[in-house]
Amino acid sequence: MTATSGPGISLYSENLSFAIGSEIPVVIVDVQRLGPSTGSATRGADGDINFLRWGNSGGLPVVVLAPVDVKDCYTLTLHAFNLAEEFRCPVFLASNKEIGMTRESIDLQQLDIPDIVERSAARADQPLLPFSVAPGKHVPDFLPIGHEILVRQTSSTHGADGYITTDSAAIARNQERLMHKLLSAVHRFSFHEHYGVEDADTLLIAYGVTARAAKAVFKMQKRQNKSISLLILKTLWPVPQKIIRQAARHVKRIVVVEMNLGQYKHEIKRILPRKSVSFYGQMDGRLITPDRIEEAVNG
Amino acid sequence: MDSLLNPARPPVLCPGCAHERITHTLDQAFQNMGLAGHQIVLVSDIGCSGLFDTFFHTHAMHGLHGRALTYAAGLKMARPELNVVVTMGDGGQGIGGAHLLAACRRNLNMTLLVLNNFNFGMTGGQYSATTPPEARLGSGFLSALERPLDIGEVARCAGAPYVRRCSGYQKDLALLIQEAIEYDGFALMDIWGICPGRYTKKNRLTPKMIDEALAQRPPLNGIVTENERPEYGQHYRRLAAEQKNVSAPAVIEPQFSAPQKGRQEVVLLGSAGQRIITAGELLCIAGLTAGMQTTQKNEYNITVLRGPSISELILSPRDIDFTGIETPNVVVALDQEGVDRRRDLFQHLTKKSLIIQVPGVRLPDSTARIHQVDFKARGIKRSDWALASLAVLAGHNRVISADMLMSALKVKFRGDTRQAALSLVNQLVTH
Repeated sequence: MTATSGPGISLYSENLSFAIGSEIPVVIVDVQRLGPSTGSATRGADGDINFLRWGNSGGLPVVVLAPVDVKDCYTLTLHAFNLAEEFRCPVFLASNKEIGMTRESIDLQQLDIPDIVERSAARADQPLLPFSVAPGKHVPDFLPIGHEILVRQTSSTHGADGYITTDSAAIARNQERLMHKLLSAVHRFSFHEHYGVEDADTLLIAYGVTARAAKAVFKMQKRQNKSISLLILKTLWPVPQKIIRQAARHVKRIVVVEMNLGQYKHEIKRILPRKSVSFYGQMDGRLITPDRIEEAVNG
Repeated sequence: MDSLLNPARPPVLCPGCAHERITHTLDQAFQNMGLAGHQIVLVSDIGCSGLFDTFFHTHAMHGLHGRALTYAAGLKMARPELNVVVTMGDGGQGIGGAHLLAACRRNLNMTLLVLNNFNFGMTGGQYSATTPPEARLGSGFLSALERPLDIGEVARCAGAPYVRRCSGYQKDLALLIQEAIEYDGFALMDIWGICPGRYTKKNRLTPKMIDEALAQRPPLNGIVTENERPEYGQHYRRLAAEQKNVSAPAVIEPQFSAPQKGRQEVVLLGSAGQRIITAGELLCIAGLTAGMQTTQKNEYNITVLRGPSISELILSPRDIDFTGIETPNVVVALDQEGVDRRRDLFQHLTKKSLIIQVPGVRLPDSTARIHQVDFKARGIKRSDWALASLAVLAGHNRVISADMLMSALKVKFRGDTRQAALSLVNQLVTH
């Protein structure tokens, strides 16, 4: 695991691509600060959400989890390790200065702690094809470098044997697999919270620290008997399409709130082309207040 | 021992390439040492030196240009028993120069073979960090402008305990490589060779000329006595084993009830040295003793010993959703710098808000009730004013009670610090 902010992710980019292509498990915590570039060292933003997904050469998917509070930082980090081990890929925690530098009381007894996923080891009694995949699986098994069986790791486009290849059929198969292994499994790790009824007039969608203000708005509006539901996304990439479609099925309009000038809203619009999607974004180093969200919800 | 060369993947280098000779020499060194393939990891960089991992039946790690030493360091830390051998070119040294410096300073037991052929061969013969200024290469006159890097000299200055500058054509090269691998620390060999595919197209270079050029440099023949020191991995493991385990977070059971029922927002405005952040934490712990949820956000300049210091605290009997503070119940104004940084805050204060103000701090207009306390006149040190303010709050039964604060001090402090804090708070609460 390594932790940084946007400027650090920029430096990590070449090795992130390496980790994707060579299926090296990594957990990366991005405590997002206001960008671009050096930006503001102690001002928050969610400006890296698309950068985390697309900041690699090749464009293959990664996992991005978005904690809302200290409790999530703890439990989602455990999930992040499990996912990195299971899918052999980079897993990001898209935190924010407003989460990483906020101290908070938590009740350790109330945490929902996942079981630890152990690495799936390859057979140690035969020569290893380091990138071969057993029937019915999408991810190769591991053996450690240093084991009695020789292990190869390479940043070059490779075949199952871990040697550089020019076989276009083998290359295509591998690229498809790298994409498919995550896209076909996202329903198993679509972390989210959904409040309210499915046929509410308005669905409010938020993630990260902004979800806290959104929750305050949701509670306020419920007290006023307004017809509203709230979807807090904690898995951002791959996009948990099923969850979003399900939550939006019967609503009339959707309001997306983000601590940037509009990034994830494009995914929502892409998935729900026939729904009215409005957006409120803010990128000035301050938290989005419940008042601002309420104005956006009330239209 | 048998050769570790991979018969299925013989070297594919240009005829006459120094790398081919070094490939066989390295294999000879492995054989002389009696090593099996699984006892070695070859970490290869990018370029023609990056092909080495495919020539051998060993563990292999082929990563990114200039970064080979970083992967090698990780492998050696995780698998200390492995012989970690890195092959890089002069191109990779230019790209990953900082990693070279780090490796020299760190002194992990691994071996770096720099296959120095004075140009980026694979990409078409561009100038590298070691290109002599008189050489003619694909980069036009640019190669004439920069002074070439003496990799061995840089490594020696950066603290490498074993540095050798030599020719790829030396008869005893296998023995020298063996010596480098067997050295218990970071060993670097700057091995000069010929790139017939690119460099010698327009430049004359022979093994004899390499010998002559090497003879003109101050020799680097292995152990650098003044740099010898404990190997990093062994040293690391020894120090790591001496570390104490991190203690579990304090569990604070609710035992009091808070003086006010709803969400309470408090902002401490001070400056560096006033222990604002510590006071903020104490207020939160006090809240926890009454079963409250709490959040703390701090703001201070990167130059931590100067400038404003601000702590924003929320105490609430229910889950704290929004962590921002909009209309604080209490503002503690202990220094002008903190007040000036948050001037906007004061317009949101209401008649129900309370400001604790020390004399000399000017406040923006607001409708809040102001309570002045002259801590200085009471002989309280400036660094204790924030704590003293909490005592004033507790004395007024505002946000926290005296019991909550005393209990927080006992959680946070031990020994003399605890006694001093308790007595300060006692003095202020009872008056």
